[in-house]
Amino acid sequence: MMEIMIRLEDVTYSYNRQPLIHGMDLTFEKGKITTIVGPNGCGKSTVIKLSSRLLHPDKGKVFLENKEIGVMKRKEFARSVSVLLQSSYIPDMAVEDAVMSGRYPHQSPISFSSAEDKRLTEYAMEMTYCQSLRNKNMRQLSGGERQRVFLAMVLAQDTPVIILDEPTTYLDINVSYEIMELINSLNRNLGKTIVLVLHDLNLALNYSDRLAVMENGKVVAYEEASDHRVHRCISDIFKVDIRRMTEKGKSYYYSFKL
Amino acid sequence: MGRNNKARLLILLSTGLLAVSVLLGLCLGASNIRPTVLVATLFAGEPDDFLYRILLTVRLPRVTAALLAGSALAVSGAIIQSVLNNPLASPNIIGVNAGAGLFVLLASAFLPADPFLLPLSAFSGALLACMMVLAITMTGRLSRVLLVLTGFAVNSIFSAGMNTIMILYPDAYIGAGNFLAGGLSSVTSNVLVYPSVFIAAGFILALLCSKGLNILNLGADSAKTLGMNVNACRCAYLAIAAILAGAAVSFAGMIGFVGLLVPHGVKLMIGQDNRYVIPASALTGGIFVILCDLLARTLFLPYELPVGILMSLMGGPFFLYLILKNRRKE
Repeated sequence: MMEIMIRLEDVTYSYNRQPLIHGMDLTFEKGKITTIVGPNGCGKSTVIKLSSRLLHPDKGKVFLENKEIGVMKRKEFARSVSVLLQSSYIPDMAVEDAVMSGRYPHQSPISFSSAEDKRLTEYAMEMTYCQSLRNKNMRQLSGGERQRVFLAMVLAQDTPVIILDEPTTYLDINVSYEIMELINSLNRNLGKTIVLVLHDLNLALNYSDRLAVMENGKVVAYEEASDHRVHRCISDIFKVDIRRMTEKGKSYYYSFKL
Repeated sequence: MGRNNKARLLILLSTGLLAVSVLLGLCLGASNIRPTVLVATLFAGEPDDFLYRILLTVRLPRVTAALLAGSALAVSGAIIQSVLNNPLASPNIIGVNAGAGLFVLLASAFLPADPFLLPLSAFSGALLACMMVLAITMTGRLSRVLLVLTGFAVNSIFSAGMNTIMILYPDAYIGAGNFLAGGLSSVTSNVLVYPSVFIAAGFILALLCSKGLNILNLGADSAKTLGMNVNACRCAYLAIAAILAGAAVSFAGMIGFVGLLVPHGVKLMIGQDNRYVIPASALTGGIFVILCDLLARTLFLPYELPVGILMSLMGGPFFLYLILKNRRKE
């Protein structure tokens, strides 16, 4: 029986009176990696922000395990859902402090960091290979290093749900794979529910359990990542072909322009 | 050396340097006093002793005032820079000092003479300026330089108000010229009682909020995803900055640039962690103004400059440098 972690129910959201999302129903399953793909401006990031309480729907509701997120306390929500946003802002702070700030929802505003906070910060840096960067300023890091630190921060937040908006944008292909492997291990080893927005179709096809394809503010296909119906939909929207390749007993998908 | 150890070392060194600065401030002046004589005079506590009277009525209040004003303005600047996420922001740049100054003059002109009313009025004016700037920044994404221009406009409005009060009610504030330039020559111990309570409360609150200020440094959206009520926290933190800046302006007048220079220097040495930046700024801000005031009153003896003029001479070029540096980044 599939368990639902996040549910958008009849959600409508407009910006400057322009409807971006209209009457959307969408669910993200517990313990799965769900990726949203779609052309620029189709509303992917809006769905991410609605699911992470950064935007509030004009109509409809968003639920986290049957609790409406709009009525949850801020820190209570932040203890359940961590979010890595697509942002050009680089904080002017040391890596270790940035990762430690992930513990903020678990602390009182005026308390010192507990032994558990320090342990989880170390663990998050170890998992993301950031330990050697701990004393560096975030602004001194390369794009890949910085993204690893942001992931460590999300990991230190220690939430069952992780939402990531385009975590591989602007990264070299090898770094993108490194980041995706890390996200994959968070799901497989720690059972985290992951919701992603990705532009790279090959990464989306190979690292997701389920794919939601969006166009013009609507979900036009939502299936298992290996389902041919979702592939057909992606092919129609992006005008690409998707093929399967088997190597050493494992199947891979790749998209290309004919 | 680790970042935190570096910060702790700076705090330790600053505490020592502050003690030396206080000693210099008490010993040096129009007539110099040897440290051994100073200690002996203070311990003897002879009310008829001329030296004791000078120390108790002139030098001690003045050094205390410099310490309080420097610390308060430096911490206020550190808070404002974090809340507005702008290294160019400081109490005098965004109009907080001017807001406090206007309300001090208004209180002097229209309210009964009560030592409690001056810091309270200054806090109200500082808070008004803070909220005006915050409201403008929340209407849209302002570049760093544009925020400074906004502050310049807010500054101009309050400065015009101050000039109007001074022309219409010339006797409302004794030593108004010194107040506008930012000077400590007319400070007495009575004047310092209530502001020191405000400043002590402001320091405690600033230390308690230092973790939240670090979270704001991540950017508003990231802070929201960590469960922070960003707008409420910004308002609360700016209110603390207003308590500190307002209390300082109520007795020291329009001393500028401490809130810009000191937090910058501190961050350059120990990084951005506000848990250390706040106490280090308090200590170095105190040292800075005590030493500047010492220079201001001894450089051109028998004349003395208001310390605010010396601050502007140092702070102005530094501010221009920061604007140019940030313009290149933007």
